[in-house]
Amino acid sequence: MSKIIEGLKYSESHEWVKVEDGIAVIGVTDFAQKEMGDITYVDMPDVDDEVNAGEEFGALESVKAASDLISPVSGKVVEVNEALDDTPELVNEDAFENWIIKVEMSDASELDALMDAAAYKEHIGE
Amino acid sequence: MAGFSYIPHTDADIRAMLDRIGVGKVEDLYADVPKEFLKKGPYALPDAMSEGEVREWLGSLADMNPRMKVFVGAGAYDHYTPSVIPYITSRSEFLTAYTPYQCEISQGTLRYIFEYQSMVCELTGMDISNASLYDGPTAAAEAMKMTVACTKKKTRVLLSKGLLPNVIAVVETYAKFHGVEIGHVPVKDGQTCLDCLKAELAKGDVAGVIVPEINRFGIIEDHAGFADAIHEAKALLVEYCDPSTLAVIKSPAEWGADIAVGDGQSLGIPLCFGGPYVGFMGVKKDYMRKMPGRIVGQTTDKDGKRAFVLTLQAREQHIKREKATSNICSNESLMALWVTVYLSLMGPEGLREVNRLSYDGAHYLKAELLKTGKFEDPFPGKPFLKEFVLKPAKHPGLVQNDLEKAGFFAALETEEGYVSFCVTEKRTKEEIDALVKIVKEG
Amino acid sequence: MKYYDKLVFELSQKGRIGYSLPVNRFPSAPELPVELKREAALDLPEVSEVDVVRHYTNLSQMNFGVDTGFYPLGSCTMKYNPKINEEVAALPGFNGLHPLMHAGLTKGALKVYQDMNKFLAAITGMDSFTFDPCAGAHGELTGLMIMRQYHMNRGDLARTKVIVPDSAHGTNPASAAVCGLEIVEVKSLENGRVDVEALKPLLDGTVAGMMMTNPNTLGLFETQIKEITELVHASGGLMYYDGANMNPMMGVVRPGDMGFDIMHLNLHKTFSTPHGGGGPGSGPVGVAAHLVDCLPEIRVSGFHGNFGVILRAYAYILMLGKQNLKKVGQYSVLSANYIKECLKDAYKLPIEGVCKHEFVFDGLINDGAHDDVHGATTLDVAKRLLDFGFHAPTIYFPLLFHQALMIEPTETESKETIDAFIDVMHKIAAEAAEDPRILQDAPHGAPIKRPDETAAARNPILKFKDAR
Repeated sequence: MSKIIEGLKYSESHEWVKVEDGIAVIGVTDFAQKEMGDITYVDMPDVDDEVNAGEEFGALESVKAASDLISPVSGKVVEVNEALDDTPELVNEDAFENWIIKVEMSDASELDALMDAAAYKEHIGE
Repeated sequence: MAGFSYIPHTDADIRAMLDRIGVGKVEDLYADVPKEFLKKGPYALPDAMSEGEVREWLGSLADMNPRMKVFVGAGAYDHYTPSVIPYITSRSEFLTAYTPYQCEISQGTLRYIFEYQSMVCELTGMDISNASLYDGPTAAAEAMKMTVACTKKKTRVLLSKGLLPNVIAVVETYAKFHGVEIGHVPVKDGQTCLDCLKAELAKGDVAGVIVPEINRFGIIEDHAGFADAIHEAKALLVEYCDPSTLAVIKSPAEWGADIAVGDGQSLGIPLCFGGPYVGFMGVKKDYMRKMPGRIVGQTTDKDGKRAFVLTLQAREQHIKREKATSNICSNESLMALWVTVYLSLMGPEGLREVNRLSYDGAHYLKAELLKTGKFEDPFPGKPFLKEFVLKPAKHPGLVQNDLEKAGFFAALETEEGYVSFCVTEKRTKEEIDALVKIVKEG
Repeated sequence: MKYYDKLVFELSQKGRIGYSLPVNRFPSAPELPVELKREAALDLPEVSEVDVVRHYTNLSQMNFGVDTGFYPLGSCTMKYNPKINEEVAALPGFNGLHPLMHAGLTKGALKVYQDMNKFLAAITGMDSFTFDPCAGAHGELTGLMIMRQYHMNRGDLARTKVIVPDSAHGTNPASAAVCGLEIVEVKSLENGRVDVEALKPLLDGTVAGMMMTNPNTLGLFETQIKEITELVHASGGLMYYDGANMNPMMGVVRPGDMGFDIMHLNLHKTFSTPHGGGGPGSGPVGVAAHLVDCLPEIRVSGFHGNFGVILRAYAYILMLGKQNLKKVGQYSVLSANYIKECLKDAYKLPIEGVCKHEFVFDGLINDGAHDDVHGATTLDVAKRLLDFGFHAPTIYFPLLFHQALMIEPTETESKETIDAFIDVMHKIAAEAAEDPRILQDAPHGAPIKRPDETAAARNPILKFKDAR
């Protein structure tokens, strides 16, 4: 059973969003990290890069697979989680604690298209 | 039906296998192929030869190629091959293995690739090497693509006109289809022009710059100031180099390069009419994950023993498909072994001595040729190692022709009407004196 | 195989040498300007010739090659590599040729190229070949460049997409991307073949062409190939044949006759040249007559491709001759079907029917999973095979099945070898049913146990100096 946190927004491609002071904090779900197995690298954008809702902004890599990270919102990257550069396994340890990027949203209404915890639970069939 | 030595199936085997499958004859296994596509009539091929006939025939073809004393380089160098190398590389455990996907029974291949990577890093001074690429020109093409991938939103790559023509041609071909614009930096006074380069960089769209450590005139270029100018423009510096010479001249890392590429042929690989050779690439650590090709890494097995595996595979085509850093799959593994054994035998002293012999021989030849009064030096005083060009008084083709008749492949004509010469440690003083004598008399 | 733990760097002793060079009899030339000289140390190994020979001999003994044993690696066509090929490729009359020597000095080498062009055209039904590409993926890229050049020459610049079946080799989409083409995937049907109905709506004026292997990566012949080529041609696109699976077609079917316009061959698969632990290969590209004009515009390698590899393939074709060509195709198919029929009682066969040179199982029928014991996977079967002296099949490819196990025997293996393999595969299946942990701990007898690949990727150690 994968962990799901109430109060966050979720995308179909298994990213979560938490809004803090108008900034979207984005990570991947516990379900996603389990599916990937041992994560060996998190490919992240640079600060000041633009991301677009529904488009890839990076990737998770394991030994035998790579999975794109899809941005749930549009905007400018204001921070990336540099700890993941050296210790990508943090995502395996706690996918919700270890966010990936923070985005200054250009259109907060995009959040409305995302799922809440209950809908996401149904989405992953657990 | 007559047998064939590579196919062991006897009539009894065939019958037993067909029975087990449940079909009457071998042709039935192609019942799903539309009849119109089954080849009718014989193939337009010669009759099968016996092994002895193949040996005779290929021997006669080899004899049609006259044996020449090679005084030409231009990207393929007639260096000495120690006898140990073909002996080791023809060991069938290396020769007949596939890519080391099953690492537990491929530690031999994986270890020599790790050694090869270590040696490429040592020669070039770069942090990371891959397991090899096809040849020097394609390695330059991969570097061209890499500079674009590493620098966001830039689409132009500059090539020095001092690069070998085949390097420029291959990079331009890849660039044309990959959607990368190519610009050129002229050679002035025998060296890639830094001021011209700066003017191009100022346009702001340059992702990378590829320059030769030793250019097609044989001149060792001085790249002081290149890396600073290129990095200031947020572009990458790619040094194209002859790895054999890196024992004595500044390494790509010492010039501040981000990527080093070239052809490993000069490290003891026979000329063999142009291949197989081996492309190499070394990069700075920052660009590790953008590097094309296979990479071997060290780890431990379940019992804690040192073990080697293919690693960082998430960059590659079998996982990333169209998003891979390159399409390269098979590379030149056995030629990487060739180079690794060569460098093990030569060591630092041997490689320096190869360069010393080539350097002294080339300087001797150039001085002797100039003494004949039949050439001018277009680049007087410019530093060179084993290759140089001269401007002949008579037509370049005639110089080459005279020498060819005497058994020398030398004085290759360049597009400027110069003739180029190359001297490796294989060329003796007697050979050089004989060559000069022909020139004097011609 | 025994474990040997040295790297050549670890044998190094200051002052020891392994080279033999002539005495320098030239006058000493003035030193290079100091600003051009290398300053950094050069830490290459310092070892004797004996050290080098023993070291690499020891390394070789940790390796498995075709000469060691059966190598049923699907899609890789690991057939026997004849020794006469090696002998002729080492002849000094070929080995000593400088690539820039003109035609008058290289008549024998050029004759090899001319003959090979004729032979490969005869075998494939294409018009002519370029020999510049150095590997299969390099051939694909070259072929796609020719495809784009053809459309460019006609002024048709809108064709920037290439259609690739979802079962394709990973190199297909990667080569297309390097060539600046956008990939459009077409789905496969339940029976493993391309869905022609799904293909139709994809075909329009933006499609440069379609890449196919036939037989496809499941080893199945694309029975609707005629409809597919007609549809693609009618829409203005070209058909590309990925020659990775050419072996079963040898002497039986020619890609040119099936309507393909461009193709590559892997000389290191179909034409018996050794794979060398990952190259050198050779990937000549053939084109139909209407594309010959595009060939000279494409320059993809430094000189004339891997001549040494082309020479070996030439010797092989001379040995085969017109009499033996068909045996290659037919017996590779016979052996594959025989293995498939013998093993389908123990391994899941997702698609029934006749295969060509290879086929794919989708894991064990009984993987031994019970209570809290995990079942044995395809990886476990592969690793256990190593204990019995066989190389593993290709695993987890194609991506259509989760537990893909792809077996290709080639025509050069005897029935006894194949039967021994079948016995071992049955034994492994029985072990899995009994206790899957025997497989999960395998290999037991290889030089190393399974390595920690996650650690290798998280903390890359990629050269000797990183490890110290």
